Amino acid sequence: MATDTADPSTSEPPPTAPVTPGRRLQNLLHANPIVGPLAVLALAILAFSLVNPRFLAAANLGLVLQQVTVIATLALGQTLVILTAGIDLAVGAIAVFASMLMAGAAHTLGVPGPVALILGILAGTAMGAFNGWLVTVVRLPPFIVTLGTLSVFFSLNAVVSHGETIRGAEMPPIMTATGDTAFRIGAFGVTWGSLIMLALFVVFSYSLSSTAWGRHVYATGDDLEAARLAGIRTGRVLLSVYLVAGVIYGIGAWVLMGRLAAASPNIGAEYNLNSITAVVIGGTSLFGGRGLVVGTLVGALIVGVFQNGLQLAGVDVVWQGTAIGLLVLVAVAVDQRIRKVKR
Amino acid sequence: MSEPILQLRGVSKSFGAVQVLHDVDLTVRAGEVTALVGDNGAGKSTLVKCVAGIHPIDGGEIVFDGTPATLGSPADASKLGIEVVYQDLALADNLDIVQNMFLGRERGKPWLLDEADMEQAARRTLASLSVRTVTSVRTPVASLSGGQRQTVAIAKAVLWDSRVVLLDEPTAALGVAQTRQVLDLVRRLAEQGIGVVLISHNMADVFEVADRIATLYLGRMVAEVPTRDVTHGQVVELITAGRSGDLGLARPEKVVQ
Repeated sequence: MATDTADPSTSEPPPTAPVTPGRRLQNLLHANPIVGPLAVLALAILAFSLVNPRFLAAANLGLVLQQVTVIATLALGQTLVILTAGIDLAVGAIAVFASMLMAGAAHTLGVPGPVALILGILAGTAMGAFNGWLVTVVRLPPFIVTLGTLSVFFSLNAVVSHGETIRGAEMPPIMTATGDTAFRIGAFGVTWGSLIMLALFVVFSYSLSSTAWGRHVYATGDDLEAARLAGIRTGRVLLSVYLVAGVIYGIGAWVLMGRLAAASPNIGAEYNLNSITAVVIGGTSLFGGRGLVVGTLVGALIVGVFQNGLQLAGVDVVWQGTAIGLLVLVAVAVDQRIRKVKR
Repeated sequence: MSEPILQLRGVSKSFGAVQVLHDVDLTVRAGEVTALVGDNGAGKSTLVKCVAGIHPIDGGEIVFDGTPATLGSPADASKLGIEVVYQDLALADNLDIVQNMFLGRERGKPWLLDEADMEQAARRTLASLSVRTVTSVRTPVASLSGGQRQTVAIAKAVLWDSRVVLLDEPTAALGVAQTRQVLDLVRRLAEQGIGVVLISHNMADVFEVADRIATLYLGRMVAEVPTRDVTHGQVVELITAGRSGDLGLARPEKVVQ
């Protein structure tokens, strides 16, 4: 029975046979979505350190890390949602609302700090689960769901907080402890918030690559029908993703309070789109099923390095948006090309 | 003739007011390829989905190994050893071959998958089917050709010590050489003692690999005959008119709806 397959007319060229160098690059990028973002990050660091050597100063690198911590945390949740071919426009709204609830519980209601934090994280979880319920049970498109809840959560946030900022000094110290420095190597300081953010990336990097849940998240985002036919309960997978994203946003709310040394209801609008920016620059496909959470960390770092580096290079702040926007366009264009590996 | 593994007895299925399957009988035997033929809309895909546990049946019974079986979900079907290779292949493009073959049934602990074990089993299965066109089992499915994708889909179905494998139009989108490969593979499945059901529009394919031909006409099983007892022409008549000489429906009026 082996003889018939030896017939040369039935054999095909091996799938990975590189036809051209371009094709080889395409295959490399398809198999390793992290390569592109890492190259961009390395080039950016190299370029900015040549323009201004102060960029590489330990204190400055510590500052970049602090600046990206909040957006990287929120973008982690966003990555999970985008991997399922969804989109979450309510990221910032959930994080800010959760932070106001945490702060309000501690400050206005006098709830002990740790309990207030847990309540706030639970609130974030509930908001994420509400999005997930609308997507999986009511069956609305994620874009519409989160566009609606973005508005709802921001508005409820204004109602609950009366638009008033709660300063760190008015709350138990634990509420803003994520902004405290955990350790420093020379002038390079790392906050507890950054450590929490990095720990979350480690946890989800593992979960997505090595657990059945992670495999099902990729499959559901890649091809919902194929996943369903393989016996995966796709509704539950989707719901779990929105719920887990809510947990991450809730933790992000705590990280946010540390960064601001306060809880402010008036920030966060830019987080919604910036988190998507970090995910996309990090090489995760908006069409779902392809990407790595570590790519999102790299994506957030790229954005942080560009903002910081352009500033140090003496470029007017208004140009930052142009640079980041172009990066997004390039990242999506590259993704489109990579997805065409199909014959 | 070997023992029947899977038997459908008087199976009926409606979607709303439309009755798609009327009293369908079908027998699948170990080591045999049964071709399921019929025109578009004859109910072939619905029949497959009933056996796969996707559509619950309205009437009749499905007997597996001599005992009536309830197929309420795809998981019920896989538990019995019934696997389906769908027309659109149902593979996730960005997952690699191993990930696709084990999708939904990963090995290892839920919190730590056993990748090495899965990779080995995938290689062993592909080797047992004499598949040599796939160089790396860690290749994303997106970069495979149509024939290779079909091969992976079939290998996925036999990975599970399957007893019955249903193939929905496995050669529909393939070129000549790739069709050749897939038909060889279909024969090899039967040689391994699996009961194979092949859905096809292509008479040449059917006559080449099938031991028996079952014809559906407007949701009715009009004939289930050994391949050697019929000609191309007869099968085409059965497909298009529901009868051919002594075969098929007794009276044409019966089929008028």
